[in-house]
Amino acid sequence: MDLSIREQVIGEQLHLYVSGEVDTYTAPKLKEVLHPAISEQDVVVHLDEVEYMDSTGLGVFVGALKIATRNEKELSLVGVTERVNRLFELTGLHKLLSINSNVRGGTQ
Amino acid sequence: MNNVEQTVMTFPAKPEYVGVVRLVVSGIANRMGYTYDEIEDIKIAVSEACGNAVQHAYDHQDGEVKLACGVYADRLEITIEDSGKTFADDVKRQAAPVEETTEIESLHEGGLGLFLIEALMDDVSINKDNGVKVTMTKLLNRDEVDQSASKISTTPSQ
Repeated sequence: MDLSIREQVIGEQLHLYVSGEVDTYTAPKLKEVLHPAISEQDVVVHLDEVEYMDSTGLGVFVGALKIATRNEKELSLVGVTERVNRLFELTGLHKLLSINSNVRGGTQ
Repeated sequence: MNNVEQTVMTFPAKPEYVGVVRLVVSGIANRMGYTYDEIEDIKIAVSEACGNAVQHAYDHQDGEVKLACGVYADRLEITIEDSGKTFADDVKRQAAPVEETTEIESLHEGGLGLFLIEALMDDVSINKDNGVKVTMTKLLNRDEVDQSASKISTTPSQ
């Protein structure tokens, strides 16, 4: 019941590999890493190892999208599982966020 | 038919306990025979209600979150209750679902929780008389797996 985030710079993008559970307790941890990062560079967030996420996670991405827009940076979500994608679709956030459910290989 | 099995537990109103509440309810739902997706939906709804309660208690003082699970033959009724001081606008709502035309700047980071609870559960009621009490129900649809139930529906006459 925890969250871990691995960071890797590939070219000019920062890749964040998120795994575990994003909830009321752990979302601040994701926010702490993602929000400062997205104001300075494009960020790709890998979500294929996220086992659980709720609206607290959605909130972190909404906040990140705002910061990205203000700073003309790009936020991409990749490896989105069916479960997590359902949340984006229910809330309509998939219309505003760049979401790719295909897990891209070779990014390790 | 109206028999109910009640589980009542009290947790500290702290973020680190939201996952524990989620596990408890997930265990009960699993025992009742809900599908994987239904259990995941229930977990999210429970976390959203607990999250609200925790934020709530946090703003003021340490408090408790009370969980009650009523197991019925055809449904699970979950109540999440806090005793925090309630303000009319405490439970903020995000106008959801978000549309393509929605201004990004107008989005709130919070507030989608209540929308999700309503989207994921079959029935939701919120009482704000004394703290916030969220009661939500998920129906148990056994028709697909229950042999006797399908037998009844295919029998031409009684």
